[in-house]
Amino acid sequence: MRHLMSPLDFTTSELDKLFDLANDIEHNPAKYAHACDGKIMATCFYEPSTRTRLSFESAMTRLGGSVIGFSDANSSSAAKGESVSDTIRVISCYADICAMRHFKEGAPMVASEKAEIPVINAGDGGHQHPTQTLTDLLTIRSLKGRLNNFTIGLCGDLKFGRTVHSLINALVRYDNIKFIFISPEELKVPDYITEMLKEKNIPYEEVIRLENVMPELDMLYMTRVQKERFFNEEDYMRLKDFYILDPAKMELAKDDMLVLHPLPRVNEISVEVDNDPRAAYFKQARYGVYVRMALILTLLELA
Amino acid sequence: MLNVGKIEEGFVLDHIKAGKSLEIYRNLQLDKLDCTVAIIKNARSDKMGKKDILKVECDIDMLDLDVLAFIDHNITVNVIKNGEIVAKKELVLPRQIKNVIHCHNPRCITSIEQELPHIFFLADPEKEIYRCKYCEEKYTPSAKKPN
Repeated sequence: MRHLMSPLDFTTSELDKLFDLANDIEHNPAKYAHACDGKIMATCFYEPSTRTRLSFESAMTRLGGSVIGFSDANSSSAAKGESVSDTIRVISCYADICAMRHFKEGAPMVASEKAEIPVINAGDGGHQHPTQTLTDLLTIRSLKGRLNNFTIGLCGDLKFGRTVHSLINALVRYDNIKFIFISPEELKVPDYITEMLKEKNIPYEEVIRLENVMPELDMLYMTRVQKERFFNEEDYMRLKDFYILDPAKMELAKDDMLVLHPLPRVNEISVEVDNDPRAAYFKQARYGVYVRMALILTLLELA
Repeated sequence: MLNVGKIEEGFVLDHIKAGKSLEIYRNLQLDKLDCTVAIIKNARSDKMGKKDILKVECDIDMLDLDVLAFIDHNITVNVIKNGEIVAKKELVLPRQIKNVIHCHNPRCITSIEQELPHIFFLADPEKEIYRCKYCEEKYTPSAKKPN
């Protein structure tokens, strides 16, 4: 029995198989419409996350399975003080697979140690969010046709953004990737990441202004720069526009560059960019469902 | 100077930093073993000024001493058989340590889950970096402070 705790739990060849399956589901949905008939997924969400939970529920429903669960800790037995270990033992009696989001880091791993069913980490605090990374990788592979030989810009809050850290760790396993980190000084990518890139001889640059590097990028991964991350209002006002993607900046980009964003977006991508064919963030949400469908089938050994 | 008799089979842990022997006693879980233990505190040492010594009479396969490498590299481990030193054990950093240090990350599940052991794994042997199994929070040698 396998679980998914981190995107690195799967080798690159296992990921290739998973993504092939996801693409097959994308092109032949009818073939999979009853693949999980009679199966039940438990979505155990100890903190609210509408998007991720609905994506899992959509994935299981599209496979013909059904979903039970809770969407915040107050409506679960956690409010009565039940441990994660006990909860998952009980859930194992009710469901065939579990997607768990928890505000404590490592909680899904504790669950996986006690579970009799596969457990998927659907986000544990600021630690891991592996299905977001799988979504990002599937989107890139599907729209670019490869997961190697490209320059990716990561823009915004690179210090606290777990999706960014996780994506970098997943991409370093592929050949010939160059990273360009675009962020204010306060929100630079942590040292342990740049040290890891140096050790592996993977090229990277750190810049402050997005427009300076737009022409170089094959892909741009946007994240939100939150005002409360800045030390003072003045710095925020001075820098915030550097990290807003608008049509003027898009004009500097390659014709086939992709814009990705884990969503929700606030104002870091102007709505005028949405109609640009290079804007891939809503397609990304769709790929999130396909990759979760492929993951459910793989972990239930139905693929 | 106080004299403690020879042991027939077991270990003599020498060059323990003065005052640290009880901590090591606990970390080796000697309180749970049915064996004879002598704890010598503040013995005179040419090298260290003062040091602690632990003498443990037990079957030499009974103890997992690797945790000592994590606590203090400088401890000398003499293996005793038939009352003689037969070997000096090389200490190797353990791949995993359990309930020796605690995760101090307040966001970690270990902070709320009952009965969950605090397990750290050796993430980088060269830099001697241990990380919490659950949240991957780093525990560096400079911050090393067994509980």
